Amino acid sequence: MKIIVCIKQVPDTETQIKIAPGGEKIVTDDIKWVMNPYDEFGVEEALRLKEKFGGDVTVVGLGPKRVTESIRTALAMGADKGILISDSALEGSDSLGAAKALASVIKGLQFDVIFAGQRGIDEDQGLVGACLADLLGIPQVSLAVKLEVAADAKSVKVNRPVEGQTLVVEAQLPVLITTQKGLNEPRYASLPGIMKAKKKPLEEKTMKDLGLDPAAVGPNGRKLKILKITPPPARAAGKIVQGETPQEKAVELARLLHEEAKLI
Amino acid sequence: MAQGVWAVTEQRDGNLRKISYELVSEGRRLADKLGQKLTAVVIGSSMKEKAQELAQYGADRIMVADDPRLGQYTTDAYVEVLGQLAKAEEPSVLLMGASVQGKDFSARLAGRLGVGMAQDCTAFDIENGGLIAIRPIYAGKAYARVGFENSFPQMATARPNVMSVLAPDSGRSAEVVDAKFTLNDAELKTKVADTIQDASGKVDLTEADKIVSGGRGMKGPENFKILEDFAAVIGASVGASRSAVDAGWRPHRDQVGQTGKVVSPSLYVACGISGAIQHLAGMSTSKLIVAINKDAEAPIFQKADYGVVGDLFDIVPALTEAVKKYM
Ligand SMILES: Cc1cc2nc3c(=O)[nH]c(=O)nc-3n(C[C@H](O)[C@H](O)[C@H](O)COP(=O)(O)OP(=O)(O)OC[C@H]3O[C@@H](n4cnc5c(N)ncnc54)[C@H](O)[C@@H]3O)c2cc1C
Ligand SMILES: Nc1ncnc2c1ncn2[C@@H]1O[C@H](COP(=O)(O)O)[C@@H](O)[C@H]1O
Repeated sequence: MKIIVCIKQVPDTETQIKIAPGGEKIVTDDIKWVMNPYDEFGVEEALRLKEKFGGDVTVVGLGPKRVTESIRTALAMGADKGILISDSALEGSDSLGAAKALASVIKGLQFDVIFAGQRGIDEDQGLVGACLADLLGIPQVSLAVKLEVAADAKSVKVNRPVEGQTLVVEAQLPVLITTQKGLNEPRYASLPGIMKAKKKPLEEKTMKDLGLDPAAVGPNGRKLKILKITPPPARAAGKIVQGETPQEKAVELARLLHEEAKLI
Repeated sequence: MAQGVWAVTEQRDGNLRKISYELVSEGRRLADKLGQKLTAVVIGSSMKEKAQELAQYGADRIMVADDPRLGQYTTDAYVEVLGQLAKAEEPSVLLMGASVQGKDFSARLAGRLGVGMAQDCTAFDIENGGLIAIRPIYAGKAYARVGFENSFPQMATARPNVMSVLAPDSGRSAEVVDAKFTLNDAELKTKVADTIQDASGKVDLTEADKIVSGGRGMKGPENFKILEDFAAVIGASVGASRSAVDAGWRPHRDQVGQTGKVVSPSLYVACGISGAIQHLAGMSTSKLIVAINKDAEAPIFQKADYGVVGDLFDIVPALTEAVKKYM
């Protein structure tokens, strides 16, 4: 089975976000970059499919050179091969631009299953997976928490929770699946894994390999423009509920919820 | 030129979901600002009658795409249908819901139409005739104001529970039209093989008006009973922090936060939750936040509208009793 995992590099969840002068970008200087946590689920699931069906796992990452590190992490977890798509002309692409660049590379590969994260925890868009699937003309199933590929490797059943219920969606392969928490527990890279990763193939692609219209990608290809980034709206200062005993505090909170907030 | 606002509603088992009314109401406000018509789009099987009520929430026109194959949402069929409709009519604004279904649907549709798309927005506006959307980014650590560049329809999804619903006006009427589309079975590559209902039977967290969440401070799965009792009295759903989920005390679907659900209830009560940045990411757009924590320094108090410093095992049962007199 040929499996591809798309991995995005994002700021670590602990990162303090500082807005750059001009208000259109964030300051990236002191950021610790990590693999999007949802993509770890993708790598793990890909490895499990490979363990069951044989084949190989290719990870594809688009972004600056630093993305190599996240690709290496996936290789150290057990993926076989990495592809870094990196070109200054691609920097600042929006989701659609990124999907186009990924599609132009993935089109040339063999695949049965592609994994993407349900969303990048940077801009929280969650568009690239679906756009990529559409560009490749394959079905997608999003927000998987369980998947079962049929023994003949021609179809897959995916458990996909929606509000109040879980749908079991059946799709033909090749398919793109987006991941979320609950799918699996991603493994850590072992020390031998890290050593081996250094010798695994890592290919680099630039604009000239993609055959893309340069106007479709990068800042000028953006269809969604970020006009201004601001800090989150300030919340009015809260109050600490007073009372001598837990009992008194509870009564006072109930009163506030009723009289002031009018919520109960 | 692209013209008109479309609010794409959502139904399940033939019933319009709450997000549908939120979208039509917000669509009405945007259509008024633009001075254009609002079309409510209903996709399903035998939905025509139910769809009529959307007139009361401000739809000028109700477009119904009706087909037995559309009774249950599948990405293939829905994107195919709405893609055809949007290409044929070229709406200026296409508003959808950031529900589980809406996120999947809108993302693929944006790819199909090759347009820009703003996911999970908390506010909209019109500026110089163009749609402006406000959306939390970096888990709510910043907010982005975004607009579209020569990209029609201007596509965006609205975070559930954020857009206020207009009071229904039974004096309003709308033109109901049948959507024209073709569906080719060969193109439908996914199907829903089974549906498993959640055991809890509670309103999903993303749709709940009130949420009571517990964290590591709950000390064990059995103690969530205290929260469930309180939640039952005020009509809330019960959520959890990742610590509580990772400990196996609560199912994954209950996790609120950056790697869980993003919720926007009117009331969020955090019990024994410290307020880690990743947790705040999932609940900071709640309208009113209450924190109950024994550590007065816990970061959750910086976000709380009402904070109670104390032992939740004393406070919550007392609160359950205290609210009863108002219910
Ligand atoms: C990549 C990544 C993603 C993450 N995603 C999420 C996410 O989606 N959601 C999430 O919640 N977390 C997430 N986390 C984890 C997050 O960093 C915190 O570890 C977690 O939120 C802490 O949970 P907690 O507040 O329940 O536990 P703690 O931080 O241990 O806090 C427990 C609190 O309970 C209080 N307490 C204890 N006993 C009592 C009592 N008797 N009465 C009252 N108060 C009491 C304590 O004072 C303390 O403040 C993520 C972390 C990472 C690295
Ligand atoms: N630059 C990228 N390189 C590789 N994969 C990406 C990239 N951007 C997005 N993806 C994939 O799409 C998912 C969702 O990201 P996004 O749509 O940006 O929120 C990520 O988890 C990745 O799997």
